Amino acid sequence: MKKLEVSAIEEGTVIDQIANKSTFKVANILNTQKIEQVVLIGFNLSSKKLGKKGIIKIGGKLLTQEEVNKISLIAPDATVNIIKDSEVVKKFTVDIPDSIEEFMKCFNPNCVSNNQKIISRFHVINKNPIRIRCHYCERHMGVDDIELV
Amino acid sequence: MISLKDKDIISILDFTKEEILYILEISARMEREACPDILKGKILANLFFEPSTRTRLSFEAAMKRMGGQVIGFDELGTTSTVKGESLRDSVKIIEGYCDIIVLRHFLEGASRLTADSVGIPVVNAGDGASQHPTQTFVDLYAVKKAKGDIENLSVGFLGDLKYGRTAHSLAYALSHFNADMCFISPPSLRMPKDYIEELEIRNVSFQEVDSISEVSEKLDILYCTRIQKERFAEPVEYEKVRGLYKLSKLIMDELKVKDDLKILHPLPRVDEMDESLDATEYAMYFQQAHSGIPVREALLALVLGVIK
Repeated sequence: MKKLEVSAIEEGTVIDQIANKSTFKVANILNTQKIEQVVLIGFNLSSKKLGKKGIIKIGGKLLTQEEVNKISLIAPDATVNIIKDSEVVKKFTVDIPDSIEEFMKCFNPNCVSNNQKIISRFHVINKNPIRIRCHYCERHMGVDDIELV
Repeated sequence: MISLKDKDIISILDFTKEEILYILEISARMEREACPDILKGKILANLFFEPSTRTRLSFEAAMKRMGGQVIGFDELGTTSTVKGESLRDSVKIIEGYCDIIVLRHFLEGASRLTADSVGIPVVNAGDGASQHPTQTFVDLYAVKKAKGDIENLSVGFLGDLKYGRTAHSLAYALSHFNADMCFISPPSLRMPKDYIEELEIRNVSFQEVDSISEVSEKLDILYCTRIQKERFAEPVEYEKVRGLYKLSKLIMDELKVKDDLKILHPLPRVDEMDESLDATEYAMYFQQAHSGIPVREALLALVLGVIK
């Protein structure tokens, strides 16, 4: 039997195949510090696909679509496993949306979206590697430029 | 059939090759024929949150030549912005006073926000270091006049390619026309990564070089830009690149260039082009500036739907 590097959970969600450097960003998206049930975070774990990966297991939580969308931007290879009675009942890969509203900040300080009270908007122009164009100033952002709000 | 009625003119990215060619065709018609009354009863609001003389006056002249009227302002201090009003509120109110808005703003993306906020056409007259699409149509029109065609040209972009929004927009536009582009600038003023990426996505042939002599022989068009002091956060950075490229008749005589090379410049110039160039066959920039009127006439008439 394969030894688990991060203990299993009975009920909840497992986010696997997180780009190693994004592990704690994903934890922040999920606001794990405020979750009262079990949260297990592992990183620097070996992965055939990514070399090194992160994994987050959260007891009793189902992700919202907005959380999935956010995760997809910084960990586009992540998989989400829904666990019930210690079994995986649903598994899916996060999908980068074609457009993004509100939860991301343009990295251009002179962009109108950072200087007026408006909802930020972005268009995903390439998914692998991820490139995002600001709807307003048209600046391009890569995964390292993404600032979630 | 191409219709540009009610279309916002925000970014050159919003225009297809066919639309660009159609605008150039109507611009030529506006240059040939006077249309003194076609915009009678229409009002243009020139909203200039950042100073500009040439662009503002050229829109005003274009509108008035077609019988329209112009309202507006050209300094921030006279607007409700200083009282804390949002741009969206300002333009939603002004929308009720006019048929078309022409906007220049110091914030990048301000024109897109305006277009999203109002139901009348919006023309971007320059927002921050972002796009300046009407100047691009003027530039393309000048290229077409100089060369007869805008397909398959070798175009050099010289000077401030980092902050020079006209160079950014023109490069995008020429990507429709199989141009071979040469970006000539010091490393600190290279074309931004965003634009390079967009050109790569479009499979455009381009190269980046430090010196014009590396590419001068093949150029059909040389598009010069001013190094814009106002865009530098640190004066010392400006001083490092100021006057780095200075074209003059003497330099052109020494460079290997095609006899029919044409030099364009969106003007104003500072010290990047010596006046000794003005009388040469290369100089096209004053004709280019004069094209501003017919091109802006065409754009206004098209988006206001009086020419279909």
